[in-house]
Amino acid sequence: MCLAVPAKVIEVSGTKAKVDLGGATHEADLTLLGQAEIGEYLLLHAGFAIARLDAQEAEKTLEIFREMEGEVSKRLQ
Amino acid sequence: MSIVHKDERILLAHGGGGSLMRGLIEDLILKRLNNPVLARLEDSAVLPPLPGGGEVTSGRLAFTTDSYVVKPLFFKGGDIGKLAVCGTVNDLAASGARPLWLTLSFIIEEGFPIDQLERIVDAVSEASGQAEVKVVAGDIKVVERGAADGLYINTSGIGVVAEGVNLSPSLIKEGDKVLVSGPIGEHGMAVIAARDQVELDIDVESDVAPLGGLVRDILDNGQAVHFLRDPTRGGLAAVLNEAASAAGLTIRLFEDKIPLKSGVKAISEMLGLDPLSLACEGRMVAIVEGKGAGKILKQMRQSPLGKEASIIGEVLSPLVARVILETKVGGRRTVDMPYGEELPRIC
Amino acid sequence: MKSLSGYSDASLCKKLAGYIKRLAKDLGRPVSFMEVCGTHTMAIFRFGLRQMLPSEVHLISGPGCPVCVTPPSYIDLAIEISKIDGVIIATFGDMVRVPGTHSSLEKEKARGADVRVVYSPLGALEIARKNPEKRVVFLAVGFETTAPTVAAGVLRARQEGLKNFHILSGHRLIPPAIRALLAAGSNVDGFLLPGHVSVIIGSGPYEFIPKEFGVPAVVTGFEPVDILLALRMLLSQMSEDRQEVEIEYNRAARPEGNEKALEMLYKVFEADEGQWRGLGRIPESALSLKHDFRFLAAEGVFDIALGPSREPSGCRCGEVLRGVLEPEECGLFGTSCTPQHAIGPCMVSSEGTCAAHYKYERSPAPLERA
Repeated sequence: MCLAVPAKVIEVSGTKAKVDLGGATHEADLTLLGQAEIGEYLLLHAGFAIARLDAQEAEKTLEIFREMEGEVSKRLQ
Repeated sequence: MSIVHKDERILLAHGGGGSLMRGLIEDLILKRLNNPVLARLEDSAVLPPLPGGGEVTSGRLAFTTDSYVVKPLFFKGGDIGKLAVCGTVNDLAASGARPLWLTLSFIIEEGFPIDQLERIVDAVSEASGQAEVKVVAGDIKVVERGAADGLYINTSGIGVVAEGVNLSPSLIKEGDKVLVSGPIGEHGMAVIAARDQVELDIDVESDVAPLGGLVRDILDNGQAVHFLRDPTRGGLAAVLNEAASAAGLTIRLFEDKIPLKSGVKAISEMLGLDPLSLACEGRMVAIVEGKGAGKILKQMRQSPLGKEASIIGEVLSPLVARVILETKVGGRRTVDMPYGEELPRIC
Repeated sequence: MKSLSGYSDASLCKKLAGYIKRLAKDLGRPVSFMEVCGTHTMAIFRFGLRQMLPSEVHLISGPGCPVCVTPPSYIDLAIEISKIDGVIIATFGDMVRVPGTHSSLEKEKARGADVRVVYSPLGALEIARKNPEKRVVFLAVGFETTAPTVAAGVLRARQEGLKNFHILSGHRLIPPAIRALLAAGSNVDGFLLPGHVSVIIGSGPYEFIPKEFGVPAVVTGFEPVDILLALRMLLSQMSEDRQEVEIEYNRAARPEGNEKALEMLYKVFEADEGQWRGLGRIPESALSLKHDFRFLAAEGVFDIALGPSREPSGCRCGEVLRGVLEPEECGLFGTSCTPQHAIGPCMVSSEGTCAAHYKYERSPAPLERA
């Protein structure tokens, strides 16, 4: 029951943010988040932004995985 | 599967081009109106040759009908008028016919704005010019306010199927390739975006377009083309499930080969929709001889309406009548026959 | 965000599937993991992940799907309200086909009920503003992800003094349902925890799973790499004999969750006992409007005497949900309970455990597994 998609903030006015979903724009309500900066990535659910996506964390998880890969492939040799 | 029970009512989904509509046609209509031509359930009925001469001598006639109730009437990339011509022309083309004549009947609600009717008829004339067909007959009925929702159109269309052109699911065999003439789901998404269920500004236009020319190009190839169908309601998923069950074969699709615009992908994920089940109105699915596929792809891409055509799958040995999808990430799943209506979801 | 596409990278998925296969083989026994949320169930289906997993790894669809959340009594009440003159039912698309005891909203719509699909509670508010002479009832279903958006909508309705906006609260809470499943005894070896519920409530409310029941749990995102990485993390916890709540979906879910959303949620709603399809009554597992918002609760506005809403007899979905029963072992499976004529939630939900079994495992030529 919780389909939510990432979207990039392109405009902010009051509690509303215009966001780009990659080929379409939509107006999201910021009431559950407080505020948002242009260029930030938000998580949208049922018309509301429910979280801010953290680019570093996203990269870190993939990075950890690549390191794991390195360490695992060493073990497999 | 039997869908129609005595106390059931017609549901919206019965008109959705999916399993419910299919059940209705087989259990209710075919039982009462069965005849060899109708039983084939083709997009248009290919009639036996005319007795004696006439302008049409060597080929056979194809005859089809359709109704148009799209809401809203106007959407990015088109309107109900253009849709009515292209939908009918494409059904004829999918049976291998060169479209010739259309009839056009309106049912209009009392109080419908005249300027909108003019816009719609303009669109009809423009589209029929583009498709090189003539509207040879028509009718207008008006119903009192509230008895219809704005305006509906019903059409019928006649075309001629040249000698030697024979298309049928029974020709589909192992090793055939599956092609689509362009990105999918754009009409369905353009209509959803135009409705007020979701406040969306989307750069996706309906793909509605007449495909008579594109089909003529690929049919000049001897018998390489086995099956043609224009994926409208129920999209690619409905058309390929119908082909697979009619031919008793498995169709295997490759997700990374299926052309899909980013706006359609993004909004499908946001609303929980499956692009494979979203309507197209200007695309043709062709199942063709394996070795002829490359040449037909090249021809499709030469046509203005086939620039992004792609080979999206193949026909496997008769495992079971089913459509499977090799997903982009290396997984595999079945592609089910859509229920009949795609609704925005949150799960 | 360039890195987002990394989460559906085919080569990463293939490698992860390889690790999962090796780890599962080392464990030497079949394992059952539950994806609690219906959105995970649909993502697993959409990316075809089931076929990438070794046969030792079973996936069970949990109670976090729209159908399990709404007992027949909720749909029956919504249907009775839809028959009242001047009422508009606004609902998420998910609810339209969910069966009640005798009918569904889709069938009532065909009989003339005004049922409109919205994508957001804000859409339901808009319908109320545009139809002042009608009474709009929004079917407020969903978990901790959706409930705060409804709370924000309720506050706005009160602010604007919208007299014709009502909600029928069917919200459910995830942690109490997991606790009920575990307390009743289940074979689940690990949980894929719902990423977007956790964006709101954080990871704290799940700590009882490893601490009291010794079962690993991972807060999981919804891209293929997220799901496969989380399965790998669960298998690693098992092979290292660790039990803890880990967050795989750290780009969105933080341990403390979204405090602003939680504050708004519990300004409008309070926890209450809830009825779940297949799981029965679970304490503190539902949300109902607090006292000073009760004026817009649909139950209060329309007094409706409901006939008995009964759960289908012979339905053993509760046991399937706990992983103690295979679909094939249920007497109704494949005979009176099929996707075309679904009885229990595991079959009604298009990708529930029984529906998935019926479509993939039973078909004459099952798709070969990795």
